Amino acid sequence: MKKNDNTKTLKRILLCIRQYQWQVACSLILALVTVALTLYVPILTGQAVDLIIGPGNVDFSGLAGIVKKIAISVAVTALAQWLMNHINNRITYQVVKDIRTQAFNRLEIVPVSYMDSHPTGDIISRVITDVDQFSEGLLMGFTQLFTGVMTIAGTLLFMLSINPLITVVVVLLTPLSLVVASFIAKKSYTMFKHQSETRGELTGLVDEMLGNLKVVQAFGHGEEAQKDFEEINSRLAGYSMKATFFSSITNPATRFVNSMVYAAVGITGAYAAIRGIISVGQLTSFLSYANQYTKPFNEISGVVTELQNALVSAARVFQLIDEEPQPADKSNALELEHAEGRVDLEHVDFSYSPETKLIEDLNLAVKPGQRIAIVGPTGCGKTTVINLLMRFYDVNGGVIRVDGHPIQDITRKSLRKNYGMVLQETWLKSGTIRENIAYGRPDASLEEIVQAAKEAHADSFIRRMPQGYDTVISEDGGSLSQGQKQLLCIARVMLCLPPMLILDEATSSIDTRTEIRIQKAFAKMMEGRTSFIVAHRLSTIREADVILVMEAGHIVEQGRHEELLAKGGHYARLYNSQFAVT
Amino acid sequence: MKRLLSYMAKYRKESLIAPLFKMLEASFELFVPLVVASMIDTGIRNQDIPYILKMGGILVLLAVIGIVCSLTAQYFAAKAAIGAGTGLRNDLFAHINRLSFAEIDQIGTATLITRMTNDINVVQNGVNMVLRLFLRSPFVVFGAMIMAFTVDVRGALVFVCAIPMLSVVVFGILLISMPLYKKVQKQLDKVTLSTRETLLGVRVIRAFNRQESETRHFEEENAVLVKLQVFVGKISALLNPVTYVIINLAIVVLIWTGAEQVDAGILSQGKVVALVNYMSQILGELIKLANLIILISKAMASMNRVDSVFEVQPGIQQVQAAGAGPSRGKQAGASVPKVAFENVFFSYEGAKEPSLSGISFEAMEGQTIGIIGGTGAGKSTLANLIPRFYDATSGAILVDGRDVREMGLENLRDQIGIVPQKAVLFRGTLRDNMRWGKKDATDQEIYRALDISQAREFVDEKKQGLDMRINQGGKNLSGGQRQRLTIARALVRSPKILILDDSASALDFATDARLRRAIRENTEGMTVFIISQRASAVKQADMILVLDDGKLAGKGTHSQLMESCQVYREICLSQLSKEEVQ
Repeated sequence: MKKNDNTKTLKRILLCIRQYQWQVACSLILALVTVALTLYVPILTGQAVDLIIGPGNVDFSGLAGIVKKIAISVAVTALAQWLMNHINNRITYQVVKDIRTQAFNRLEIVPVSYMDSHPTGDIISRVITDVDQFSEGLLMGFTQLFTGVMTIAGTLLFMLSINPLITVVVVLLTPLSLVVASFIAKKSYTMFKHQSETRGELTGLVDEMLGNLKVVQAFGHGEEAQKDFEEINSRLAGYSMKATFFSSITNPATRFVNSMVYAAVGITGAYAAIRGIISVGQLTSFLSYANQYTKPFNEISGVVTELQNALVSAARVFQLIDEEPQPADKSNALELEHAEGRVDLEHVDFSYSPETKLIEDLNLAVKPGQRIAIVGPTGCGKTTVINLLMRFYDVNGGVIRVDGHPIQDITRKSLRKNYGMVLQETWLKSGTIRENIAYGRPDASLEEIVQAAKEAHADSFIRRMPQGYDTVISEDGGSLSQGQKQLLCIARVMLCLPPMLILDEATSSIDTRTEIRIQKAFAKMMEGRTSFIVAHRLSTIREADVILVMEAGHIVEQGRHEELLAKGGHYARLYNSQFAVT
Repeated sequence: MKRLLSYMAKYRKESLIAPLFKMLEASFELFVPLVVASMIDTGIRNQDIPYILKMGGILVLLAVIGIVCSLTAQYFAAKAAIGAGTGLRNDLFAHINRLSFAEIDQIGTATLITRMTNDINVVQNGVNMVLRLFLRSPFVVFGAMIMAFTVDVRGALVFVCAIPMLSVVVFGILLISMPLYKKVQKQLDKVTLSTRETLLGVRVIRAFNRQESETRHFEEENAVLVKLQVFVGKISALLNPVTYVIINLAIVVLIWTGAEQVDAGILSQGKVVALVNYMSQILGELIKLANLIILISKAMASMNRVDSVFEVQPGIQQVQAAGAGPSRGKQAGASVPKVAFENVFFSYEGAKEPSLSGISFEAMEGQTIGIIGGTGAGKSTLANLIPRFYDATSGAILVDGRDVREMGLENLRDQIGIVPQKAVLFRGTLRDNMRWGKKDATDQEIYRALDISQAREFVDEKKQGLDMRINQGGKNLSGGQRQRLTIARALVRSPKILILDDSASALDFATDARLRRAIRENTEGMTVFIISQRASAVKQADMILVLDDGKLAGKGTHSQLMESCQVYREICLSQLSKEEVQ
């Protein structure tokens, strides 16, 4: 079955390379030329040596011809080699680009649940590292394999053409090299495994202890940590020693085998030369072949592991590219223009996984301009409601309507255009502040941007930044405080100001002044707009038209503050437990 | 670099033996062409088979000596490198453990972890390769040239020309391509950033319907990357063909001049072959040298990064005579405040504005002190000064009337239990984790702490009790469970001072209230600092410190502050209803 998977992956890979088939063909032909000429040069050198026999016995005119031949083949080889490398690079990087773009495109159309259920680091390593590994390993691997095999075959042919007997000597000694190499590989493999396991253990400890250094210090745990560290470190040293030593044997050992082949060729060659079977020049050709003969074997054994790794990486990338995209909008889907803001949830069922039911039979009718506060302890599924409203996830049962239209029948684009969303995790793009505010409307003028920033109470701090609106903020707004980031996110929505809002209040409040600004900005935005607020502040909750009380994924109560308090249910308990004086 | 040498000094013997044996190996290799030459000149010419066998035997002998030398060298190189790496790792870990929070903030935990793992590995590997190659490769190159001189001066002059040309090409290409590769890496980082952004910002991107422009942006960055890669590839692809051309041209010249010399009777045929062989030997070594230089520059960069961590001196120095500091309390006895701040100012390294300014207060034994204010107001900073995680920039912090700077760090921290904002637990059993607080804590003591922290219930539910396994970071527990366990961990040591740094944020209101009550009832004589964003959490405190932008905006009980403190009133009114505020 695994074999099957591999062949499937291989077929996919060939498909990716297909559009570069002519370049691949060129590269292979060039490789052939390079190999053939590289092998031809020692023969020419040998022939030249044969023309230099002794004092007064040198054939200069013959030598001139051979020298010319050598010069030409060297020049052609060099050119062919460079072109081949260049073409290989081009193919490799183009394929990388193609596949990366495919993977990235897929990321833009897979359901949000894919991102939610896969660690970011894992997806990134698929798009970046795996693609690299796959294309480099594969293409470089292929060409190396090809030239390697060609070199071995070519060497054998050339040697046979000079003298079969000595060739037999070389061929007989070859397995020795393979045996030695595989023995070492096996031995060092287990050592490397131990080494990387121990290294993993050490990294784990370092991660844990240095990652939480403050706790370690607060509890004076440093000495124990050091002891653990040194214990693992000394074990690592032991394994590293063995792994490094065993793997470093490879080179001397193959060189040794090589030298043996060289000596054997020298002896039999000299013997043959005495018998007049071969010339001295042919002996030199043989010796230089013997020198390069074992090299491709080592390379090929390296290539095989690389190819295996490449296949694994390719499979991981394809897995991402094959990820099911979210269902397309219906063909007759409605373009929602400017929604009035009526939202109805009818018998909505939803769960992330079939085993654990989350939202069951949720009903809610929101009139235009109403405020809905969603409250409950952390992790109770408040954000699930946002996911459903924005169609980041689709409901399993029931229907959500906006202005009476089921949202499944509205294009995602136009539905989302009608919502302004400010999430608790403030995501900003690396770029200027201006670009960030204009994220929803890239064509907005500077005046409009400044106006939006003013309304979001963000203008004053932006002006105090070194380059004002053109200040570049690094990835995830590094230099900004949490509150400032939130204000920018508000400004971003303020610029578009759609008819419906989804707001996620930050659990941890921002410094008091900024917080008051944020509240004011929220209030300004909500005027006359249907708003859903994941609420943490009681002031927000009290002013809501409807409070949804969620617990463990269920909506347990809904109503106004006073009603719910009077009811003495979940809300009242929640409320009293926070503020009751004990 | 100096530091590295000091670690190598412990392995002086190994560090000397390794390169020496490598050199020995190389010098035996240099004899091979001479042996082959005499095989041709004496053996074949005189048809002397015993002589050929003798020479063949010498070749085998040289190979054997070569592998023995080489293995010896590899062994000692590995030993020295791993020994130095292991020592470096141990000392760096110990050094990092001694750093105070200020330095850790400055360097960053993630950086420390890569220094610890990645960088030291690179250094270790670099040392290993340098020991093996730094003498060998130049030795072979110059050795081959010198041997050529012993064979024939005119031929040797070809070497004198070819070696500098080769060096210029190899190192020139290296010099040009290395900075370009850095550029490629930077561009790859941009592509990675683009991918990460699309993953982390998926909701915002889709809410604003920006998928297409994100894709376009990605494709642009990707295209730049390919262009750069192909460009660099073009340059480094020159290396092999150009060196190949130079070497072979040199060989052609050698053959031609050799032919003239042979014709004149100065040189023999075998010697010409020897010269050609020496030329071939050079190429391989030059390429190895180029790779070695890349490796060295990487290893040096890593070593510098490691060094920069070593150079950071722990900012908080231990007093020698711990406990000898004079008590600054006016009178000894109960009236000395447990903790006192005297006009404390504090700025973080590199910050323009102080994070705390002019803070003064006194907390008596057994009191509960609430600290409230927005994010960035300086609450955690204030708490971090008590256990001396940071030192005050000016002013003094007194514990039991003694300046904390004059107390032993251990003495001070042993009486403080701190519960950090981020609830971290460590790999191991629950019991192990609890004993972080007190190394010899009995199960009874642990259970008592679990009772107070409201963790007993869920611990009892799990069958293994205190033997429960905890994964790294406590990932097998919920956020609320983790928080309660970290509180228990601090309580196990029955601290005199307990600091709860926003430690109940993941708890639901009811549990939070129960927890606060339990702490109040079970901590007689303990001075408790409660840091929170929730007014309800500090309302009952004996004294509330209200922080706003690093300044003490108010200090007193709830009712006093409601009267006198504008900031406090704002916070309360935004969170609590009118009745609760009273």
